[in-house]
Amino acid sequence: MDYRTDRSRVTGLGSAKYGTGHWWSQRISSAALVPLTLLFIFPFVSSLGSEHADVIATYANPFNAIVAILFIVTTFIHVRQGMQVVIEDYVHDKPIRTAALLANTLLCWAFGLTGVFAVAKIAFTA
Amino acid sequence: MADVNRGDRPLSPFMLGQFYRFQISSVMSVLHRITGVGISIGAVLGVWWFLAAASGPGYFSVVDGLLTSWIGGLVMLGMLISLWYHFCNGIRHLVWDAGFGFDLDSVRKSGLVAGGAAVALTLLTLIVAW
Repeated sequence: MDYRTDRSRVTGLGSAKYGTGHWWSQRISSAALVPLTLLFIFPFVSSLGSEHADVIATYANPFNAIVAILFIVTTFIHVRQGMQVVIEDYVHDKPIRTAALLANTLLCWAFGLTGVFAVAKIAFTA
Repeated sequence: MADVNRGDRPLSPFMLGQFYRFQISSVMSVLHRITGVGISIGAVLGVWWFLAAASGPGYFSVVDGLLTSWIGGLVMLGMLISLWYHFCNGIRHLVWDAGFGFDLDSVRKSGLVAGGAAVALTLLTLIVAW
């Protein structure tokens, strides 16, 4: 039996401490993705299923390439933040949760930078 | 104050389907998460497509052909609807975060607007794609 009050039991334990920062930074990536999605999606869906040369021509255009790079970077920042929250909510086993959070961070960096490399290669070699 | 089963409580999402009646707010909230996870996988497919385009016409035609095949096209259509849903409902969330539209009537209306806008943007994108 624990006779302490709820308050007394949690005082000093604290939260994860950076919840507010994570929340803010997720709002920032969300807000940035509003114009970036609108700019990215239409050239992208037009390029899907096009001839290779036409795709290269589209992303050799500096504006399209910069939009694509900004979109990919912001998307994977946002994916990392969103998946982190989903993992924290549903994966309750501590070691599995830690492994999932680590994998999430590393995979988002890997895919994000691979995407940046791919678009940059198209833009610089076309 | 003394809770006997501390540390042994049911954890999310235990209540779905047992104790909880769905309505527009919660359905849209759950869909926001599901579409978010879905389009995360779509983002990886997109990177694969860009990488294929960067590596040359041969590999590009394989990946592009896969993504625009019958089954690939269906997946991409799902991604497109999910993206626009997450986009519209995300703006709805940002409006809430700014402190507006919390009363029940506004929440219901903004939900319908976001859903309708997602369908409209999906159709617009399909028109542009063709």
